[in-house]
Formats: sequence, structure tokens, C-alpha cells
Amino acid sequence: MLIAHLAVVHLDDNPWITFNVPAFIQNFWPSTFDGLTYGAIYGLVALGYTLVYGVLNLINFAHSEVFIIGCYGVVFVLTALGFGPNPPVISIWAVIGDLLLAVIVGMLASAATAFVIERVAYRPLRRRNAPRLAFLITAIGASFAIQYALFLWRGAQPEPAVTMFIPTPIFDVFGTIIDSQQLTIVIAAVILMVVTDQFIRRSRTGRGIRAVAQDPDTATLMGVSRERIIVTTFIIGGLLAGAAALFYVMKIPSGVQYNGGFVLGIKAFAAAVLGGIGNIRGALLGGLILGVIGNYGADLLGSSQWIDVVAFVVLVLVLIVRPSGILGTSLGRSKA
Amino acid sequence: MSDSTNTPAPEIEEAVAEAAAPERAIEVAVGDDIMVVQNLTVKFGGLVALDDVSFTIKRGEILGLIGPNGAGKTTCFNAMTGVYKPTSGQVFLEGQSIGGKVRHKITQLGLARTFQNIRLFGEMTALENVVVGLDARHKTSVVGALLRLPRHWREERSAITRAMALLEFVGIADEAATLSRNLPYGKQRRLEIARALATDPKVLCLDEPAAGFNPAEKEELMALIRSIRDDGYTVLLIEHDMKLVMGVTDRIVVLEFGKKLADGLPADIRNDERVIAAYLGEPEDDAA
Amino acid sequence: MSTVNGPTLQPDAESAKDEIDRETSNRRRNRPTPLRDWWNNLRRPQQWAFIAIIVVLAYLLPVLNPPILSTEPGTDWPIACFHMALYALIAVGLNVVVGYAGLLDLGYVAFFAVGGYVAAMLTSPDSPFIHIPFLWTVPVAMAVTMFFGVFLGVPTLRLRGDYLAIVTLGFGEIVRILATIIPALRGNVGFSQLSQPPGKNPDGTPFFSNSNGEPWYWLALTVIIIVLLLAGNLERSRVGRAWVAIREDEDAAEIMGVPVFKFKVWAFAIGAAIGGLSGALSAGQVGFINNQNFGVQTSILFLAAVVLGGAGNKVGAIVGGAIVAYLPDRFIAIADWKYLIFGLALIVMMIFRAGGILGARQKLLAFGRTAYARVPKPGAHPPTAPAQTVAAAEDGAKP
Repeated sequence: MLIAHLAVVHLDDNPWITFNVPAFIQNFWPSTFDGLTYGAIYGLVALGYTLVYGVLNLINFAHSEVFIIGCYGVVFVLTALGFGPNPPVISIWAVIGDLLLAVIVGMLASAATAFVIERVAYRPLRRRNAPRLAFLITAIGASFAIQYALFLWRGAQPEPAVTMFIPTPIFDVFGTIIDSQQLTIVIAAVILMVVTDQFIRRSRTGRGIRAVAQDPDTATLMGVSRERIIVTTFIIGGLLAGAAALFYVMKIPSGVQYNGGFVLGIKAFAAAVLGGIGNIRGALLGGLILGVIGNYGADLLGSSQWIDVVAFVVLVLVLIVRPSGILGTSLGRSKA
Repeated sequence: MSDSTNTPAPEIEEAVAEAAAPERAIEVAVGDDIMVVQNLTVKFGGLVALDDVSFTIKRGEILGLIGPNGAGKTTCFNAMTGVYKPTSGQVFLEGQSIGGKVRHKITQLGLARTFQNIRLFGEMTALENVVVGLDARHKTSVVGALLRLPRHWREERSAITRAMALLEFVGIADEAATLSRNLPYGKQRRLEIARALATDPKVLCLDEPAAGFNPAEKEELMALIRSIRDDGYTVLLIEHDMKLVMGVTDRIVVLEFGKKLADGLPADIRNDERVIAAYLGEPEDDAA
Repeated sequence: MSTVNGPTLQPDAESAKDEIDRETSNRRRNRPTPLRDWWNNLRRPQQWAFIAIIVVLAYLLPVLNPPILSTEPGTDWPIACFHMALYALIAVGLNVVVGYAGLLDLGYVAFFAVGGYVAAMLTSPDSPFIHIPFLWTVPVAMAVTMFFGVFLGVPTLRLRGDYLAIVTLGFGEIVRILATIIPALRGNVGFSQLSQPPGKNPDGTPFFSNSNGEPWYWLALTVIIIVLLLAGNLERSRVGRAWVAIREDEDAAEIMGVPVFKFKVWAFAIGAAIGGLSGALSAGQVGFINNQNFGVQTSILFLAAVVLGGAGNKVGAIVGGAIVAYLPDRFIAIADWKYLIFGLALIVMMIFRAGGILGARQKLLAFGRTAYARVPKPGAHPPTAPAQTVAAAEDGAKP
């Protein structure tokens, strides 16, 4: 009887798990480029996780909500400007102007959310010298409170789709089209990452962030205000998440709903760990890799929901095998 | 305030040790090496915190480990007690190598320590803290505890008796029911020592046990350390306070810049020029 | 946390600020506890009498159907009672992981789901596996979830607390997703007509049924009582002490000889087993299971139950679980709001009352009562007054 049950689990044509190799091979290049696009979005969100973790040694679970509120901001602005399921018929410059406005609003919304969360949920605990467990519990509480506030406000259905522009094909690589949308997202993400990286390395605030990440007590002795750095870090993470929000809505116009941040948040955090927690370049690298592997998994296993399983498995494997990630933890060079 | 303590005759020491801990089987005879540190090197990336340090600890003695700030005492201590994995070199306890072993196994082999910044279990009472130390030797399994098998009852009963005895020994028996985070600083230190003793160690390592004490408390502590040794334990001590070190240790090892500088009796160390120079610095060369 | 000290400033004395901090945080945590003091002052037989009364009232609860407290006409009262008992049981299980050992498990719903699916696949006519009587599925469900608990725990329990939290969060999500995309688990359709425990009423109808909450409630209540007794056994043993030590200071615990990893895995396994047990009972009562309702928001409700009642306190867990189940059943209007409310509750509790409603301190010694009774009562001591410390120590040293 047992053998009969075990025999059920063979490679194809069983009701438990199937591998679809032909589909994987056929979709390889489109999945790769598409995966890079998703990965760029993960990377931008991952930056928020990785910066806060570097400075506070805390996983800010509520960052996923920081992101999704940015998405709501982008959607509202674009809807008000006349975007809908069909892109408006206006000049390319008008579109760019509208997108800039949307991204600014998204970034402000996200940054404001991050600021409020830090003030309301985390700072009181820091004041009370609360144990680490308390911070984590508050973080998850904040994440859920915001999610369900959004649910009560906007309902369970996603926001009406907002299409920004029709992607035009730009390159043809290995028989696959790379379009303007994909290029925009990936290039913009890389630029933002470089800007952030330079900021952390060269600016005074950036030095302060690195100092606090490495040794908060000595940093305060050197005149760095720990509180100010923490707030700044949250705001930077929020701004980056707001940018990611624009690209997310660009890629998945109908994906903005109350719990849309949650699963993306887990993937983004997995990306941050994969690249090296606390490591800025690692965040983007991890995101890109995760995006691509996720797509491969979906092709191989037959459903896009496998992407989430893949992300989780990657997370666990990295934490077990090489917890410092691919590029190593670098923000504070602190022991994990 | 006295000079180096008189080392009692080995036969007397042995008798005391046997009486104090009849269950404890220490193969090493009194006066022989119980702990050997051999060419111990610890590197953190490019920084060599400890460089080829070797010394021994003899059973029944109180060994002091001193040196100026940054000399590597804490690193050495942590490498010996399993907190750091040494880059190279060996640490032997009773002939068995313990470098790289899992920390709770090292404790079970007979090495116990206290912490410079006191790490008690705040939510537990003093008595419970000590019993956790005793649990290191208990054999009740999870199933045994779940079903309250006889061994569980036996061990719990003996735990209370022994824990109270240890609290009496360090002098805080009346605080047995107090939450350890509510104890004043001095009693917390004593509780930590009691907890470490509860693990039934062969060597007790004290990390700056007098930090934060005033002179009267330090005298008290010296008396306690001596009585611990008299009970048959071997003690390794890191300390900054020279008076305490000179007053209570049998032998001293001096570290500087990660290397062993000197090793000998307190009186000799006190007069050693290199040690004095290490602490006070070289005199100016152009003194006329 | 590591024991590295590196270039720290050597304290010459506990600095004034540290002392003030310690005292204020202790004052906050050492609140007067009239209820707990009253309880501790009762003699054993009195405590047992009190408990007996409460147990009898608990069994009578679905029959009593008190007027203001009752959830009717919105929710059937005995079923609401069963919900409360179920959540109480789940909270006790999660309390072992989060409350005792301090391991933040954000995916506890996964164990609940696995238990339910095991019960379903062994009793439902929709499933191709062998069928066994329902009550036998309960230990099987517990064994399977325990296996999953160990399987998840062994690679991840060496991680720091934050990473463990997000890994368990992911695991909860994975189980939910797998329940949808693995065809053999029948996704949205699920398994129905789970068999019921045996027993017949005097008139020949089955004692247990999907619509009658009372027998299920009594079954759940009995299970809770047994689990409470076993949990108490564990608390007052080296296992409970090891868990609290791990929760307080994991590194120090290991240096004191506690095999930290082993006990963490045990906490996970026991918590998982209780989760599976609750899942099986829940699926049995409803008689149906599918891939809905196993989302991460349910894990958060479980966590809120534990935190609300007081993490680390098994009675607190029961109270918290009962509240989390009762409020949405009683006030149907807020049922949609419950995730928001309990999410906010988590934040508020952490800031203002981290010990929860009951926040009792655990007893960790099997013979604690007698031991403490023999200790001479300490007088009130002023902080770090050296002369008094010396005098008190000398007094204490005299046998």
C-alpha cells in the first residue's frame, strides 16, 4: 500500500508535482529578460530592507506596506491625470511629465509612510529598550494593520488598471524582443542603485549611516545623531520603494491591491539576503537573480505561483549555506 | 592586602578537593596541568588579536591573566572558553582538545565562565538561575519531563538542595526568591559565580569579576575566590585591579599586544621591568 | 548577541545613567500584581478547589448561554464556544514556541493546515488514501506536523530571530500556495465529509456532527486541559528552564551548558504537534477543508492571541485565544475589522504592556513552592549602597 502511494510521485503525470522541461527551454530568453525586469523592482524594494537592517538589525516587515502605499499614490495620480486601462493619446513628453509627477507622489507617499511607522511603532520601543522580539512583533503588527486598513478603505479588489504606455520593441536578442518598458525599468533601477550607493559612500549622511551600522555607540560619540540617521534611513528606503512602485504599476497595471505588498516584500527580502544583507549592490544583484530564477521556476513547474515557492527556497538555502549572501554583508561589516 | 598567598602543601589541597566534590572525577593530580593553551592564535581578518600564546594552568591554582587594554586578554579568554574559534593553536582541558567544540559541550567537559557585563537570566529568580547551571549535568529527557518520570523528580529535588547550598556559599541565600534583574550589582556578580559553579566545572573562568566594585567589595570577592579554590576548583581570572590580582592569584600570565610577555609568580611579575614598561610606558629617552 | 566586547569602555562603576535605566525599566516591569499575589498566597488545596470550579463552569458554558455574553443570534453559541476553545488550544501551542522559547514563528497556520489536511485525507471519501476512524487521525496528524516542524526547524533554528521570523512567514505562505497548486490537494474544492468521532445519543443519532458544537467543544476542552497539564510539567522542569534561558539570553544559556539547538527544535516540534492537533479538530468539526483560510493573516491572529494574553503564560494564551475568537463572533459587525484591530493590538501591546494582559511569571522549579517558603524574606534594599551590600552578604554567609 505504501509503495503504491510512493510510486505516485514520479517525474511527470502525477498529481503532486510535474516538471515541464520543454516549456522551460522554449521560454528561456523571454523569461530571462522578463525576470530581470521583475528583479529590478525587487531590487529597489530590497534596498529599503537592506538599509534598515544594516542600521537597526531589524527586518522592517512593514516595508511592504510602505511600497504598496506608494503604488496607491502612483495609481491615484495617474487616474486623476486621465490614465486608465488604455493609455491616453498624448505626446511622449506629456507622458513622461505625468510619470514624473506620479513617481514623485509615490515616493513622497512611501517616504511619509516609512516615517510614520518609524515614529509610531519603532521609536517608542527603542526608548523602552525593548527586546528584539518586541520589535519584530510590532513590525508584523504594523504591516497587518496597514494592510487591513487599506482593505477596509479600498476593498478586496485591485485598483482599476492604469496602463502608462504601450511598450515598443527596441532590441531583438536571441530571437526575443526587448521592449521599452523593460529597458526603462532596468536602467532606471540601476541608476537609482548607483545614486544610492554613491550617496552612502560619499555624502556625510551616508558616512553617518555606515558609522551607525557598524557601531552605534561610537558613532554617537563622534557626534552622529543616531535618531536622525535612523529616520533618514527609513526615508531613503521609502523613496526607493516609491520609485519601485512606479515601475511595479508600469509592469503590472492591475496589481495594486491591499495585500500586493506582502508577497513582493518577502521576495524583496529574499533578494536582499541573497545579495548580502546590508549590501547595496547586493540588493540589486539579488533582486535580478531572484527575478530570473523565479521565472525559470514558474516555467518549469507550470504556474506563476511557484515563483513565490522558489523565492522562499532560495531564501532558506542562502541562510543555511551562505548567510552573508553573494556579495557579503558590507554596510556595517557587522556579524550577522 | 597580603602578598601572594601561601600555596598549601599538595597533600592537604588534595584532601580538601576530595572532600568538597566526591562525585567529581578529575584525573589530573593536584599541581599538574589541567588546562594547556598551546600556540593559540586568533586573527580577525587582518588583525592579529592573539599571537602564538602558550601557557598552562595547574590544577588547584588561581591563575591571573593580565595586561594593558587591548592586550588580548578577553580574546584569549573567549578563545579558551569556546566563544571564538582559534585561527590556529590548541586548547586542552585535561588532555582533551576543546578548540572548536560546541560551547555547551565545552561546559560539560568542565569549563565554566562568568561574563564581564553580567549575563544573568533576568526573568528568573536567583535560585532558578543557579538551577539552570545545575541542569547542565541533569539527564532528564523531554519525554521524561513531560511524563514526570522518577529521574525528573530525583534531579529536581537534588537541584533545590544543591542550588541553595551554592547560594549560601556565595552569600546570597536570602535572595533566592528575588528576580535576578532586581538584585543589586554586587549580588548579581555573586549569583553569576554561583551559576557558573553549578555547572560543576573543573576550571572556573572569571571575566573581570571585580568590575564596578569598591575596595570593600573587592576584599569580599578575594575571600570568595580563595574559598572557591579551597573547595577544589581551579580558577582563571582576568582582572585589571592590580591589588586584587596580586592579592589573590598564585601565578600570573601577562599579555601585551596579543603576545605573552611574562609568566610567573606575582612577586616576580610585580618587579618585572617589561611588565612595568607595558603598563606605564617607557621612560623618555632624553632624560639627562 | 555575541559576547564580543572589543573596545568597550571599562565601567569603573555602574554609571548613573545605567542605574537609572535599570531601575525605571524594572519599576515598569515590577508593577504591583494584586491578582497574582492573591493567587500565590492561597494554599494548594484552595487553588485546586478554585480551578475545579472554573473547569466545571467551562464545561457548562455552551449549555448556560449567558444573555449579554452570548453570540446569538449571530453565531451559534456552542459553535462559538468551540471556536474559543480551538483558538485557546492554538494559542497554547504557539505559546510554546513564541512565549517559552522566544522563537518568533509567523507561519504557525501552516501546521494548523497540515493537521487539517492529514485528518481530511485519512477520512474523507474524496481522498484515495486508506481511511481510518477520525480519532485515530489526530495522533497521526500530530506526528506528521511534528515531522514538518522538525524538518523546517533543523535548518532554520540556528538562524537569528529575525531570519527565523521571515523564514517561518515564508513557510506559512508556501503551505498555502501548495494547497492551491498541488493537484492532489484539491485546491478550492477541497475535501468534504470528514468522518466524525464515534458515539451515539440515546435516540440513536450520532453524538458528534458538524452542526452541533457542544460535543466538539467538550472534546476540545478536554484536550486543552490535558495539554495544559503537560505544558505545566514541562515548565517546571529542565525543559522549561532551558527555554526561558534561551529566550532571555541564548548565548549565555549555551555557555551555561544548555544544548540550545536541541531544545529549540523540541519547542518547534511540540508547538507544531499542538498546531496539527488543533487543525485536525477544526477540520473535523467543520467536516470540510480547502485552501482558503490558511493565509498569513491567520498566523497573525494566532500571534495576537498569544501576545494579548501574555506570551510565556499558558493561562494567558487561553485567555488571549478566547478573546481573539470571541470578539469577531460576538460583534459580527467588526468581523471584517478584526485583522486591523488585532494588528494594531500587537503594536499597542508591545509599546504599553509587553507582558500581555496576564503577564504572569512562570514557575520553573518542581519544588519551587517549598524551596521559596524556606528562604528568609529579604528586606527592602536600597540600590548599590556598598556598606549594606557587604553587611547583607556577611549575614547571608552565616549558615
